[in-house]
Amino acid sequence: MRVALFVTCLADTLFPDTARATVALLERLGVAVDFPAAQTCCGQMHVNTGYGHEVLPLVRRFVRSFADAELIAAPSASCVATVREEYPRLAAQAGDAGLEREVRALGPRVLELTELLVDRLGVVDVGAVFPHAVAYHPTCHSLRTLRLDDRPLRLLRAVRGLELCELPRAAECCGFGGTFAVKNADTSLAIGEGKVGAILESGAEYCVAVDSSCLMHIGGILRRRRLGPRPIHLAELLARTGATG
Amino acid sequence: MSDPLAAGPEFPQAARAALGDAQLRRNLAHVTHSIRAKRAAAVAELPDWEALREAGRAIKAETMRHLDEHLEALERSVTAAGGVVHWARDGEECNRIVGGLIAARGATEVVKAKSLTTEEIGLNEALQARGVHAWETDLAQLIVQLSGDTPSHILVPAIHRNRAQIRDLFRAELPGAGPELSDDPGALAEAARVHLRELFLRARVGISGANFAVAETGTVAVVESEGNARMCTTLPEVLITVMGIEKVIPAWHDLEVYLQLLPRSSTAERMNPYTTLWTGVDPADGPREFHLVLLDNGRSAALADEVGRQALHCIRCSACLNVCPVYERTGGHAYGSTYPGPIGAILTPLLTDLRAGATLPYASSLCGACYEVCPVKIDIPRVLVHLRGRVVREGAHGEPGERVAMSALARMFDHPRTYAAAQRLAALLTAPLRRRGRTITRLPGPLRGWTSAPGGGDAGRDLPPPQPSFREWWRRNRP
Repeated sequence: MRVALFVTCLADTLFPDTARATVALLERLGVAVDFPAAQTCCGQMHVNTGYGHEVLPLVRRFVRSFADAELIAAPSASCVATVREEYPRLAAQAGDAGLEREVRALGPRVLELTELLVDRLGVVDVGAVFPHAVAYHPTCHSLRTLRLDDRPLRLLRAVRGLELCELPRAAECCGFGGTFAVKNADTSLAIGEGKVGAILESGAEYCVAVDSSCLMHIGGILRRRRLGPRPIHLAELLARTGATG
Repeated sequence: MSDPLAAGPEFPQAARAALGDAQLRRNLAHVTHSIRAKRAAAVAELPDWEALREAGRAIKAETMRHLDEHLEALERSVTAAGGVVHWARDGEECNRIVGGLIAARGATEVVKAKSLTTEEIGLNEALQARGVHAWETDLAQLIVQLSGDTPSHILVPAIHRNRAQIRDLFRAELPGAGPELSDDPGALAEAARVHLRELFLRARVGISGANFAVAETGTVAVVESEGNARMCTTLPEVLITVMGIEKVIPAWHDLEVYLQLLPRSSTAERMNPYTTLWTGVDPADGPREFHLVLLDNGRSAALADEVGRQALHCIRCSACLNVCPVYERTGGHAYGSTYPGPIGAILTPLLTDLRAGATLPYASSLCGACYEVCPVKIDIPRVLVHLRGRVVREGAHGEPGERVAMSALARMFDHPRTYAAAQRLAALLTAPLRRRGRTITRLPGPLRGWTSAPGGGDAGRDLPPPQPSFREWWRRNRP
């Protein structure tokens, strides 16, 4: 199987370890990974902040970059949701019927990492070893937009040595929300404190999620308050095969 | 008079003040969490809940498509049943009509059932200016009125007050309540009941809102828990009902859908204690006169917005408030409008055609919890994003710096080489931090809010420094 990596600008720039872990994990499972270098950013921040009209070139760029790919996978639920949910609307609003057709055809080929693993590769046990106490935070886009259901949890339960801690009030938002985090910083932080409190209650050493953006927010608060639990992207956790870390 | 749809400062500032109120935070967390769990249980009892939601959405969508026809049908039905229908373009016209009706009967006081629509147009204040006192009879609304406050929740207007605060308020302000009054909920309710009973028997004019009005029959429906609305709509000689034009439903059997959706979503009850239905006037029973005032006040403007118009489907259950992580922290007053929470964040800017509440569409993390619980499937996150687009395109709030930055970023992302160069520069600048294992603890300009909350204190988020990018690594390692 060949898969084109939709790395997301956030992982590309701030979390390259997550991107490399995604590649390592997929290659370990026998997937050939391509990285179309023409890709940049899906435009999620623009769309969600009201600048959807500015990102049509990015929609076209995405379509061009991944035109030849049979399957496209990203380590981010919110970026995948942008492509699948928002792109058809943006193309329709722009009155570009051709582009709308293209993005509608492309949408089903764009998968979030756990969709690729569980639905397409049919694996739950990826051979990972991670001897730590872990709480899983279902991000809003993974839970309510893509409806990933228990895919991430099934993958986590198959990890050797991993102790899965129950996260209280797990379905509640972490308070990140893209530009919400700076436009309404006080409220965003107040919500984030609630999530951090739940992570502490869970007793976990790590908080795992499928979106680097939410982890950046949760991890940022943990770090500022010098608290023990560490954020980790699911791809990085699943890539671990030794007892290191 | 100030506009109840545009009260107070912008959301981020108002929220900051509310976040600092520890008592408010405790009350809100307690009440929203308890209603949240009860609603989920009440909804889980119905195997056809999703089909009901879809029916609720579809009936409203179809009604909005022919709203003019349904309203004219309603007018004919109400008139045929002996009622009088009035049309009000805005709040001022509505207040003038209601004030005129009361003045013609020579009344100086009226009893009122809880009505958001009359809050939206500041009816009580307008009547006061004409020398008419409007007595609120819903318990929580009475608390709000006695304290000179405004409601902070659609269903639980005094959610921001606890019972000790209410006891103190009643001791000071409630006619007939003495210093011996305790904070026992039963005692507080009894003190209010004694006061209200006398008003119900005395008042000659009653005012209510409407949850639904059936075009086919001319029947108006009011749904409540306490029974005060039934008193207001049956005891006085004259009944005046103020209703937003979006509350019309086509047929009697449509009530079946909404009377299931509403109580489970709002109070987590299978059925609400009181449902009062009346059709015009009956010479043998109830008020001698019935006036129905149909209020537009921005609803036509909202209807003209193809994406936003679904906000008019709202049946005011408040389920979206109770699940909202933002509302749970800030409470209702931060929204600066009669309509708080997620629904308020879309309804207020739509009703005012963005003249008010331009920061409200941004008062959400777009988590989607509101959409999930909405009994009529209003896609609130989608409307929020749509309204953000309108705010930007129509220049409704001035952030020229943001506009320039967003444009520049979009252009950069369309030039991979520039983007890669920016990544290299960022990694270069932060190399010293990375070498010492440090994080970014202070960001400049508009990103300042990431690392330090404007509200002060040590709240904030550290940021990992940019690293040599993945694409750089790929280029070097995967030729």
